[in-house]
Amino acid sequence: MSQYIIRRILQGIPTFFGITLIAFILMSVAPGDPISVITFNPSSGDTQSAERMRRQLGLNEPPLMQYVYWLIGNDWTQYDSNGDGIKDSPGIRRGFLRGDLGTSIKHRRPVADLLKQRIPATLQLTFTALILGYGMGILLGILAAVSHRSWIDQFVRIISVVGNAVPEFWLGLLLIIFFSIRLDVLPMSGMRSISNRGEFDLWDTASHMILPVTVLSLNTIAFVSRFTRAELLEVLEQDFIRTARAKGLKDQVVWWKHALRNALLPVATFLGPGIGTLLAGAVIVERVFAWPGLGSLIVDGVFQRDYPLVMGSVVIVSVMFILGVLLSDILYAVLDPRIRLK
Amino acid sequence: MNPKLSGQAIATLNTEPIVDPNVSRSLWMDALRHILRDRLTMLAIILLTLLTLICVLGPPYVERQLGVDVNRIRVVDRFKQPGTEGHLLGTDEYGRDQLIRLMYGGRISLAIAFTASFMIIAIGVVLGLVAGYYGGFTDDVIMWLINTLSSMPPLFILLLVSALWSPEPATLVIILALIGWFGTCRLVRGEVLSIKESDYVLAARALGASDTRLLFVHILPNIFSIIIVTGTIIAGNLILLESGLSYLGLGVQPPTPTWGNMLTDAQYFLVTGVHLIVYPGVLIMVTVLSFYLVGDGLRDALDPRRKL
Repeated sequence: MSQYIIRRILQGIPTFFGITLIAFILMSVAPGDPISVITFNPSSGDTQSAERMRRQLGLNEPPLMQYVYWLIGNDWTQYDSNGDGIKDSPGIRRGFLRGDLGTSIKHRRPVADLLKQRIPATLQLTFTALILGYGMGILLGILAAVSHRSWIDQFVRIISVVGNAVPEFWLGLLLIIFFSIRLDVLPMSGMRSISNRGEFDLWDTASHMILPVTVLSLNTIAFVSRFTRAELLEVLEQDFIRTARAKGLKDQVVWWKHALRNALLPVATFLGPGIGTLLAGAVIVERVFAWPGLGSLIVDGVFQRDYPLVMGSVVIVSVMFILGVLLSDILYAVLDPRIRLK
Repeated sequence: MNPKLSGQAIATLNTEPIVDPNVSRSLWMDALRHILRDRLTMLAIILLTLLTLICVLGPPYVERQLGVDVNRIRVVDRFKQPGTEGHLLGTDEYGRDQLIRLMYGGRISLAIAFTASFMIIAIGVVLGLVAGYYGGFTDDVIMWLINTLSSMPPLFILLLVSALWSPEPATLVIILALIGWFGTCRLVRGEVLSIKESDYVLAARALGASDTRLLFVHILPNIFSIIIVTGTIIAGNLILLESGLSYLGLGVQPPTPTWGNMLTDAQYFLVTGVHLIVYPGVLIMVTVLSFYLVGDGLRDALDPRRKL
């Protein structure tokens, strides 16, 4: 088991470096240079300090060294501060691997701090949606499979097909129009009411979460219900189910112990990729409902051309995604001995 | 041998009544018959064709008949409700006619979906064939690329890319294609890996068929049905992805309308502009749904196991 986990973790390492490399290449071929964005100030064209800053950040180095600096920082080496060709001052960057994601151009604060501030809100949204999506999805999938070819089955099929095709932002806007404007029962945006000064209020939190979580989980519900139904129907055709029935086991036992366990295994493998879909969905849902999470931060960053912020967040999101896939693979191996023995 | 006789023999062969109709029908004819009987899929195909035709051919006609122009701003005409004289679907916050904007938006959205999914299929199939057939180092590199790129949710790569370049529709197509091909590639590679080992390919190889012949005559036709199904579903996904990106304000830039960016402005008029929100969304949903249904229908129709 531990061998499998270690092997699986090692497989994630080249992927991680691949992501940082791709993000870095995209950043370095981008038009404009971070310094000109930071120091853009027509009244004081201070080329000297711009030049100093460029050397300080190591931007005058060849691309490969820039990548190394970005990854592990340059405080372990010296750089040439005054342009005389002699390396005389220690670097100031600590590098991505040591938690330094650079400094946001717009917010003038470390990107890592900004992310730390915003990620909890996004996780609150995505995890609730993940639990709701999987719970509802599995439930609907079982219902559909139990009543195969009945109207319930048709109904679940329609939900899953339509649920995949509805644009999240549009559904969000419709829900706002209906529940927040017409009926005026749910708040239309934000995480808490203006009157709430930070103390925990269950209804206040919940009422702000209902609409975004509904929208965000719809995709997962659609996918999981469809998948669960298909898996269950396939498992029910298998020989061991017939054997279980033939030896006189009760329907309930066959369903819960034999069919469902086997059918839900593949569904569990999609927890990881599901997290990726939800994180992407969160970007849009946060925009619709003005939810102060990672998504809004990234989108604002894109508008303001805040490269370090966007790059840092994209890499962090990808790392979260890789970890999600890793965890679901390990979970799968724990649940299914056939996998780890392979 | 008497040539006349052999000619006769062939003629009789051809006119012989077919005993089992299932045996002699080709996969494609069979699929066609199946689809024609599948009402839901036919409905989706008709809807898609109609939408495409209306968006491509409709605008000049509508402009002439209703005297509207896609970019004409008239403040007096702001927020006209649907059904108003000359504005069948009402007007937006600048007094622009919504019907004509939806048509032009549809042109862009559909054009992006069709071309990008075509490019995705092209890249995915070529790389998948190469990776699956030749294996070895090429396969390793392609698989590493796929594993890496698919660890970044597509929307985030799109965000990163649009932070760096504000995309024009044409650039957007290329970007969408460059970040969308791995699914197809992985699928094709898997199929090639299994077909490559099948008896008829081995037989063809034993007869001295070249790599190119094996790839294009023996392997490619067998994955063709999968390619068509994937292409259709990808087109649906692309409509969603593009509209999401445009909604965020990062895709196709106004005043060029797309179904996604029409909703960006509309969201600030939730009371006066409900009609501005409903129609673009309905069109996105119907189009995506139709693509998915056609994909599903094609998968059923082209599945050789269906007959068993």
